[in-house]
Amino acid sequence: METKPHRWGMVIDLDRCTGCEACVAACHAENNLPLSSPTEAAKGRATHWIRIDRYYEGQFPEVRVRYMPVLCQHCDDAPCEPVCPVYATYQNPEGLNVQVYNRCVGTRYCGNNCPYSVRFFNWFDPQFPEPLRLQHNPDVSIRGVGVMEKCTFCIQRIQRGKRDAKDENQPVADGAIQPACVQSCPAEAMVFGDLNDPESKVARLAESGRASRLLEDLGTKPKVIYLQRAT
Amino acid sequence: MDALRRDLYRPLQGVSRRYLLAVTIAGLVAAWGLVCWGYQIHKGIGVVGKTRPTMWAFYILNFVFWIGISHAGTLISAILRLTHAGWRKPVTRVAEAITVFALMIGGLFPLIHLGRPWIFYYLIPYPNERLLWPNFRSPLVWDLTAIFTYLTGSVIYLYLPLIPDLAQLAQHTTGLRRRLYGYLALGWTGSDREWHALERAMKLMAGIILAVAVSVHTVVAWDFAMAVAPMWHSTIFGPYFVAGAIFSGIAALLLAMAIIRKAMHLEAYLQPRHFDNLSKLLLLMSIVWLYFTAAENLTVWYGNEPDEMVVFGERTRGRFAPEFWTMIACNFVIPFVLLGIRKLRSIKTATISAVGVLIGMWLERYLIVIPTLSYPRLPAAWGTYSPTWVEISIATATFAAMTLLYLIFAKLFPIIAIWEYKHVSDG
Repeated sequence: METKPHRWGMVIDLDRCTGCEACVAACHAENNLPLSSPTEAAKGRATHWIRIDRYYEGQFPEVRVRYMPVLCQHCDDAPCEPVCPVYATYQNPEGLNVQVYNRCVGTRYCGNNCPYSVRFFNWFDPQFPEPLRLQHNPDVSIRGVGVMEKCTFCIQRIQRGKRDAKDENQPVADGAIQPACVQSCPAEAMVFGDLNDPESKVARLAESGRASRLLEDLGTKPKVIYLQRAT
Repeated sequence: MDALRRDLYRPLQGVSRRYLLAVTIAGLVAAWGLVCWGYQIHKGIGVVGKTRPTMWAFYILNFVFWIGISHAGTLISAILRLTHAGWRKPVTRVAEAITVFALMIGGLFPLIHLGRPWIFYYLIPYPNERLLWPNFRSPLVWDLTAIFTYLTGSVIYLYLPLIPDLAQLAQHTTGLRRRLYGYLALGWTGSDREWHALERAMKLMAGIILAVAVSVHTVVAWDFAMAVAPMWHSTIFGPYFVAGAIFSGIAALLLAMAIIRKAMHLEAYLQPRHFDNLSKLLLLMSIVWLYFTAAENLTVWYGNEPDEMVVFGERTRGRFAPEFWTMIACNFVIPFVLLGIRKLRSIKTATISAVGVLIGMWLERYLIVIPTLSYPRLPAAWGTYSPTWVEISIATATFAAMTLLYLIFAKLFPIIAIWEYKHVSDG
């Protein structure tokens, strides 16, 4: 079967992104993200594993908005990993930066050291008013008070995709695994796949002349690649 | 009993109304802090003002502040001991006690800060069947190790010179106290061999504690400097923090001495020349601190790196400018004027400067922790922070706890090392 381990990555085409936030909504539903009250959200405590950053260009009335979906970049050299005193966050063999909720004691050091500010803390036990409890995704655990959480690249979908492929004695087909954000993107701006497979769509797009990585000069080696025409 | 012993034993006897009042107030405030901590654990750490991106805030800055205060004792008393500075003798125990208590309080803050304090022991390398270890690459594990070492060392360092006094005290007291002192004196008889062993042990501990104290605050600085956050990732942070710690430590020592002098009527022992010498040390550290602060800020400003300049701008000209310039005034202008001009230098101005420096150094910790976290690299994540009543209560309670511990210590043990004092006045 497979010889090389997977190395999951994502390409986001910013020239396609319309900023519709469908990915944000899909992520909330898929990953049982805790709800936030207006007061808590105003404090900056709302949890969005993926968010749309807006950049404004030009002077009024000639303003252009650029959208940039920002999620955990699953860095190869993730600054969040070495600082965790209890190994609650580490790089798994498939290149995912994973968070072990049961191990996390809540020092929040990883959150400080993430240059992308994509780590979210559970300040309280999560509240899910009725009937939201009924739509929980059974494949994703609910995080309790005091632990850090962040984008997992929908690891539950990755696991299912690998299981299904194994059942059929096939390698994981390119495009068979889609995180919720990728699946929901109406503009098809997001592509997910195995960067170690040179034939995969994500690997080919990553070689594009439009490709760049966010805060590349920090040397974090992100596995999220942005495509954007140079302007 | 000679006059010296009579004077120095007097504070140990009886309980005045003023003392009781002070203990009660300090105890109540400290207890309120415990109640708040319980509330925070029950409700969740969200009752504090921390947000994303300011995930560290009040507790961490108070932690750094208290660890800084703890440098009063060990460093100062160890340096003075190793350099045979005769005037140190009435000062050392006051200082060493500050160290132990400030460390106990400072060490609590990271615990209070945790999201799930009930599993704090995950940070300790204890044997377990799942073979899980803490991550030794994390500065927080270095921190835990350093503080634990420092606390152990300072307790020993406080205890060693107490032994001869305890043996003496055991002879002059009765009942429970006699048993306590006798037990703690470890059968000290005062033979030549014992004195030699004590001198050797104290000298050794002074050397060890110096190295440990420097490393502790360096490691505390590295909690910040190891992160890639703007204006934290600085090579100068280790020595900068150590200098700041000694600076605030001397201020704490001066303040404590001024209070003890008044409250215990020890004017004859804590003399103006002790204050004068410590004032000069404070003045020196004020200049060293200014040098470090200038070096740190000038290089950032000149380098003009955009992410750092955001933080720099907010600190010096923006939202945090009032705190920044107050810090400069408290840490440099006030001590430089009051202690730099010889005519103005007195116990009173030394005390005022000490209070100023304590405020200034607290603000310095605030300015290190909050602005950097408020302005991370991606502007979309910028945020604000203001403490809630829970954080303020707990921080206030720690000052009360410090007072309480000190009050109890001063009632149980002579605050001036009697045998050392005799030694110096004899010789």
